[in-house]
Amino acid sequence: MSPETSRPVATGAPGRGTGAQRPGAGGAGARPDRPPPWRDVGVLRAVAQMVFLVAVGALLWWLWSNLRTNLASSGITTSFNYLDRPGGFDIRGSDYRPSQAIRAAIAVGLVNTIRVSAVGICLALLIGTLVGIARLSPNWLLRRSAALYVETLRNIPVLVIIIFMYSAVLLRLPAITEAIELLGLGVFSNRSVGLPWVETAGDAAAYLGVLVAGLFTAIAVAAVRSRRFDRTGTPHHRLLWGCGIFLAVAAAGFLALGGPVRPSFPALEGRLIIGGVQLAPAFAALLTALTLYTASHIAEIVRGSIQAVPKGQTEAANAIALSSFQRLRYVVLPQAFRIAVPPLSNQFLNLIKNSSLAAFIGFPEMVTITNTIISNGNPAPQSIAVLMAAYLVLALSISLVTNLVNRSLALEAR
Amino acid sequence: MRASDDLRLGTTSTAPQEPLPPPPEEQTAVRAGSPGEWLRVNLFPTPVNGLLSVVMGSVLAYVVYRFVRYVFVTGRWEIVRVNLRVFLLGRFPPDELARVWGAIFIAALVAGMVAGVSSHRRGGGDLRASVRRAAPLLLVLVVLLTFSRTWLPALLTVASFGVAGIGHLLGKVAPPKLSRRLPLLALAGVLGAYVVLTAFGGVGWALWGGLLLTLFLALGGIVISFPFGVLLALGRRSSFPAIRVVCVAYIELIRGVPLITLIFMAFLMVGFFLPPRFPTPDLTTRVLIALILFTAAYVAEVVRGGLQSVPRGQIEAAQAIGLSPLKQTYKIVLPQALRNVIPALVGQFISLFKDTSLVAFVGALDLLNVAQVVTSQGAFLAQGLAAETLSFVSLIYWACCYSMSRASQRLEKRLGVGER
Repeated sequence: MSPETSRPVATGAPGRGTGAQRPGAGGAGARPDRPPPWRDVGVLRAVAQMVFLVAVGALLWWLWSNLRTNLASSGITTSFNYLDRPGGFDIRGSDYRPSQAIRAAIAVGLVNTIRVSAVGICLALLIGTLVGIARLSPNWLLRRSAALYVETLRNIPVLVIIIFMYSAVLLRLPAITEAIELLGLGVFSNRSVGLPWVETAGDAAAYLGVLVAGLFTAIAVAAVRSRRFDRTGTPHHRLLWGCGIFLAVAAAGFLALGGPVRPSFPALEGRLIIGGVQLAPAFAALLTALTLYTASHIAEIVRGSIQAVPKGQTEAANAIALSSFQRLRYVVLPQAFRIAVPPLSNQFLNLIKNSSLAAFIGFPEMVTITNTIISNGNPAPQSIAVLMAAYLVLALSISLVTNLVNRSLALEAR
Repeated sequence: MRASDDLRLGTTSTAPQEPLPPPPEEQTAVRAGSPGEWLRVNLFPTPVNGLLSVVMGSVLAYVVYRFVRYVFVTGRWEIVRVNLRVFLLGRFPPDELARVWGAIFIAALVAGMVAGVSSHRRGGGDLRASVRRAAPLLLVLVVLLTFSRTWLPALLTVASFGVAGIGHLLGKVAPPKLSRRLPLLALAGVLGAYVVLTAFGGVGWALWGGLLLTLFLALGGIVISFPFGVLLALGRRSSFPAIRVVCVAYIELIRGVPLITLIFMAFLMVGFFLPPRFPTPDLTTRVLIALILFTAAYVAEVVRGGLQSVPRGQIEAAQAIGLSPLKQTYKIVLPQALRNVIPALVGQFISLFKDTSLVAFVGALDLLNVAQVVTSQGAFLAQGLAAETLSFVSLIYWACCYSMSRASQRLEKRLGVGER
């Protein structure tokens, strides 16, 4: 290595550690005695990268030309026109008609993927947090039960759990005529599962607008309160204020619009379930399995993050005589939360990706629908490309959101 | 916005995570003098906690009661007993079973040797502790032997334990130099087992199934993807922007899509990507390709974490003594980086082991698919036996993954990752 020959090299990414090969500090490139090009590090680096890119390009081109040849010889087009053709199949549990375009079928699948992922993420976060805290409980029995839950579910493939839930639990529920009714809150049968939900009347959309407005008002008031607290030091009670305002707005809107929503409970009427929300067995199985599995991973993250807060922090909180609630609320949890965000976002991504396993139990999400599309004689390469692109967009948007959260949580440099 | 920036937006979650502390193994019950005191301290410290204990206790007791009843009374295990060989080997020809036992003997010998060499290095092992650690696997073994209908498997199992014992002794007397070559020794064992199964008119992997296929896909996937993963990780940290962009693009692309889409793609399209008139590989090969492509990206991220953990001073020192960039990497950086990521690699292996169950989607007869296929056999059709077969395969998956994750935690502690 000859440091005197080097020029500064644009390394693209500021702030990234440059690799080991970066030569030492060199001149400004304007030196009169430049070495010949075959010994100039700058030239060599450019050539090496060219060669690499050409090699990668050649590989891709080889694969692409093989694909073209093979597709041509088997009479498959490479255009995406098939997306506008009618699908010719039904999707269970949706109002998609066989005469609608394939595009619409993929959209149905995307919506189903997002639906199961969104509900699953919320439930898994809830259960996972509870179990994770339970793993740190002083109560021996609670702690060991939580450990049993985590260690059992974490070590079984999620696919096995999904299939088990579907074919060994939900499909083995009693038939609709002998469905189990649980305290008027849920109806369980192998045709569908009924759970409590809200029923809307007339002005539900307006009420939703009122709720959103109330939420924003509450957030604004809470922000004002915290700013005042920062300035004057008077207690902010921002949670109290925020919740109070939200509830007041919600109640006022409820009365003004004359009860736009009311709870609705499922009930069995002959061979039908009336009221509430009804979940198809595949959806219920997928949701339960994904939730339980992801919760076991989230529990470990929660436990690990709380334990990763240095012990000195707890001791310091005790030393200034914070109550145990204050210690958790103001000292331990904020720091634990900061540690937990990146792995949690990973788990959310995993849950979205694992929802693709619904293809095994026939829940109509993207993979299932793509499978149907391909087996109906549409071109496989494009269908799979669309499928992958959809997942990439989902994954990138989740990472974007968590990156923003992460940035807002990051410690300011001191 | 350049491509690399664009992609980096999606990478926070992929940044090597700060290692979370291992599970609180040492956090056992508070010691107390008498059983009464133990109960008071651990279960009834406060009234609320006492109530919680009572509720949890009754729920747990009911669950345990149902579970025991299911295992010993209501479970109809005949389907597993009849199909045991399908669960373990799939369509492996029964005439060639001797090869499987040969492979098991080789694996036992090498496992014993590895254990012997490492106990030699650490100065003696505690037999009781190792039995306790292997308890889940031993449980599976006992279950398998109870289901088998002849005595031969039991005898051969005992014999393989004997072989493992011989290996242990061999490992103990082996030159200490061997202790640095343990991965190579393990690899040689795997290759030996593979040769015994396939060579000289043996059974190619297209006919493997059940647990054998699951193990093969997991081992083959991790072993073959490892070098690619290391190269991708090095590429991702390279000072050449072109190489970095290509590696980041590959890693993020693979990590952004679910494995099942890759398996699906490999199943349908590997044939299309090969030159015309080139024979399309068999199903097992195609899903193996998908698993390798997938795992390489994840191994790359694991290795990247290891590369970042090597102190900068090491590289500077290597530069100072005038090593070439290549030598800096493979003599100084990689050995330290790879040593640090062994536990994380075991973790990656565990998830790959679990992920192999996805190959059932395209019809490969792995452990999970066997559990589904046998329920549609004539004798067992439409009897709702999925619960039994799935619990059986869950037990196998659980025992393997649980023992491996425990082993990787111990390894982590022994290597002192994150403590230096």
